Amino acid sequence: MEWETVIGLEIHAQLATKSKIFSGASTAYGAAPNTQACAIDLGLPGVLPVLNRDAVRMAAMLGLAIGAEVARRSVFARKNYFYPDLPKGYQISQYELPVVQKGQLTIDLDDGSSKVIGITRAHLEEDAGKSLHEDFHGRSGIDLNRAGTPLLEIVSEPDMRSAKEAVAYMKKLHQLVVYLGICDGNMQEGSFRCDANVSVRPKGEPKLGTRAELKNLNSFRFVERAIEFEIERQIDLIESGGKVVQETRLYDPDKGETRSMRGKEEANDYRYFPDPDLLPLVLDDAFIDAARAALPELPDVKKQRFTAQYGLSAYDAGVLTTSRGLADHYEATVAALGGEPKLCANWVMGDFSAFLNKDNRDIADSPVSATQLAGLLRRIQDRTISGKIAKEVFEAMWAGEGDADAIIEKRGLRQITDTSAIEKVIDDVIAANPEQLAQYRAGKDKLFGFFVGQVMKLSKGKANPQQVNDLLMEKLKA
Amino acid sequence: MHEKTIAQLSAGLAAGEFSSEELTRAFLERVERFNPQLNAFITVTAEAALARARAADQRRHRDEAGPLTGVPIVHKDIFCTEGVRTSCGSRMLDRFVAPYDATVVEKLNTAGAVMLGKTNMDEFAMGSSNETSLYGPVHNPWDLAMVPGGSSGGSAAAVAARLTPGATGTDTGGSIRQPAALCGITGLKPTYGRVSRWGMIAYASSLDQGGPMARSAEDCALLLGAMAGFDPRDSTSADRPVPDYTALLDRPLDGLKIGLPKEYFGEGLDGAVAQVVEEAIAEYRKLGAETVEISLPNSRLAIPAYYVIAPAECSSNLARFDGVRYGHRCENPKDLLDLYTRSRGEGFGPEVTRRILVGTFALSAGYYDAYYLKAQQIRRLISDDFQRAFQQVDVIAGPTSPTVAFKLGEKVDDPITMYLSDIYTIAVNLAGLPGLSLPVGFAAGLPVGLQLIGDYFAEDRLLHTAHRYQQATDWHLRAPAAFA
Repeated sequence: MEWETVIGLEIHAQLATKSKIFSGASTAYGAAPNTQACAIDLGLPGVLPVLNRDAVRMAAMLGLAIGAEVARRSVFARKNYFYPDLPKGYQISQYELPVVQKGQLTIDLDDGSSKVIGITRAHLEEDAGKSLHEDFHGRSGIDLNRAGTPLLEIVSEPDMRSAKEAVAYMKKLHQLVVYLGICDGNMQEGSFRCDANVSVRPKGEPKLGTRAELKNLNSFRFVERAIEFEIERQIDLIESGGKVVQETRLYDPDKGETRSMRGKEEANDYRYFPDPDLLPLVLDDAFIDAARAALPELPDVKKQRFTAQYGLSAYDAGVLTTSRGLADHYEATVAALGGEPKLCANWVMGDFSAFLNKDNRDIADSPVSATQLAGLLRRIQDRTISGKIAKEVFEAMWAGEGDADAIIEKRGLRQITDTSAIEKVIDDVIAANPEQLAQYRAGKDKLFGFFVGQVMKLSKGKANPQQVNDLLMEKLKA
Repeated sequence: MHEKTIAQLSAGLAAGEFSSEELTRAFLERVERFNPQLNAFITVTAEAALARARAADQRRHRDEAGPLTGVPIVHKDIFCTEGVRTSCGSRMLDRFVAPYDATVVEKLNTAGAVMLGKTNMDEFAMGSSNETSLYGPVHNPWDLAMVPGGSSGGSAAAVAARLTPGATGTDTGGSIRQPAALCGITGLKPTYGRVSRWGMIAYASSLDQGGPMARSAEDCALLLGAMAGFDPRDSTSADRPVPDYTALLDRPLDGLKIGLPKEYFGEGLDGAVAQVVEEAIAEYRKLGAETVEISLPNSRLAIPAYYVIAPAECSSNLARFDGVRYGHRCENPKDLLDLYTRSRGEGFGPEVTRRILVGTFALSAGYYDAYYLKAQQIRRLISDDFQRAFQQVDVIAGPTSPTVAFKLGEKVDDPITMYLSDIYTIAVNLAGLPGLSLPVGFAAGLPVGLQLIGDYFAEDRLLHTAHRYQQATDWHLRAPAAFA
């Protein structure tokens, strides 16, 4: 039988606010345990939550960016359950009336086509703390620094049909929240987390199969692997006469498998009800307009503009708009150079990106600024150096040796374009290689490359390659 | 000195007749002498009080004193007080020392009031007789065999017995007004949102409201002026100015329209109480007020709706008491579930446990619509009843409680009967309106309270209506013989 996979994702994006969603404590990552938990985060008797306006602004920005409805009125609710790292015994979340409703995101598929994925809702909620089970000699430790950190839970429609589509959606959403500046996107630190609802059904069957919810998918690779494992598990199960049960399954990245965490009957009854400590969240036009005004150019729009304005291919435009930082760097380079968008694109996507990756650096910490890169490219443009020499200069610039011109001067890398000087080198090479000359003249054309190589070597790579070609061709003929 | 009202003490302090230290010492001596009979206090903070009194005297010397500077008060043990045990009358918080002050405490500290201690209360403010406290029941100063009412029973008894001139209380379903009535003092539950809930341990967040308890309406006006106001730490607090409640007290009552809800004078109301209330209403007519019968048709639904909403909120509010971070923790838990069940089972008394269970049930999947949602709809109907009434009248008056104080132990095993003692007060919380109880006489030797209900933020009107009555009568000046 042919099977169809149905996937929906729930993504938790940690909002990049300075303070927590309902308290003034800092959200900075990595502080000593429980040093960033105030009375409110600890759930002391008598404390009350006050909503962080910035978290709401960020949620509204996402809503606007995915063409969703930003609710004029939404309601915070309590999700009640006991857990040691949940200080109040309930999580403040949104249930019936979320702040963002009905949006969509377009993903690009490998075959070049695109697909629209529906987004059911996005709601604001607070994160819990962390339970630590190691290093406590059989006991557990609790760190409440993370408690109260603002999260935006973004819930998709079950619109994805393969693990690849799920990853494409997740990457697209990741790119978007980082673009919007509402999430740092750091998956290792848990700033962008994913749960996947996966089910299978016979192809053509309109009814959805029973789903399993996969947890602990904290990288794009894990999402893909976990979903693929789960699809196979469900199909095997059904084909061997079994039935998929509704349950929560945990992905084990070491074993590459999912395993049951809790079944439906063990699922909590969260007893949601509107939080009486918080008034309904009412957003007026001014607030929503301000959020709209704060939206940056979105990735898809930027990509289109890059193809139109710079004459780039869709692929190049896509790569250069992966992140706002890279796109900004590219545009600054073009502006500083005053043109040559293709040359700039090749360098920004090529050596520049490669060096960033090699050093695992963020673009904001790049040792080579856009102006400096443009300074290098100008010397290629005016033939002061060749593209090959430029790579050497770039490496020196990356190492902090200064601007392109200074390095070219210091290292004497200026290209030789003086015909007589090149001719002199060619003469020396021919004189030193009588045997090869004879063979060449006897018809062994392949040796031309040998002579070019020797000339470039003797000129330390500085001879203009085109001139070398032309002059050599003439001299060898004689 | 202990016979004086806050207004009189304030004048005495201003005139230099006595110092705050002398005053504080006098009240502390009374606390020491009389509290063993009453059990009104959970904690007495004598040394801190004297230090604060001396600071108040210095402030007065610097000419920076306000009307409450140097005046002793007590706080219900539901308000967090920095460095002082805040027990909420529960084993759960028996050893909990709050690391911060509630806004109400902070504001009264800023005004220079001198805290003598923390008063006894029903556990987590759940009760109408002050018998659910870990620290034992409070006794009514008018008859030690009787309950003082609850849950702010300690504050009410302390004011009635002249162990303090004023107190704070909280009122979720009648917990200021009912004990004020049963102890013969004046107590005001302000409009929901008028007084900050920050630092006030939550029972039912959408109903809880702190307020003043004192001998007279004038004293309540002085206290409320210091307690009320917008607090950015409480999202439900009202961002509107606080009037000078004392400035408006002396207006005549001519033309005041008082509504008498027929539902508050029917079945279940004790005959002797009804008679005293009728006399008070007659007095109001003498003072120039006009009375009209009105109807609040959904009154009978108030108790059932309340006993869904309040337990639902409490089941969630009290989930934080889990034995993990603070509060009572059982000995040697064998696992997490054991830690939760034993810590909570041991930490909470039977009434709190009952309400947590009821509330958990009411919010459960499959029951939510039938109970919680339905109760919220009833709440709307009750609010609408009042709004219709206030198109017709300025204030609503009736008995605060259907009976006078009952015997200790009499209703402990009968929660439904106990719940009925708040039958006239609960609707006011559901609607979020202000309500005041003032003493208007005695039935069988025990005080009877008249409840005045006002429209939203009409505290000034309630205080003024009560004050004019107190100018014409002396019920609020009567002291129980044993504590005179």
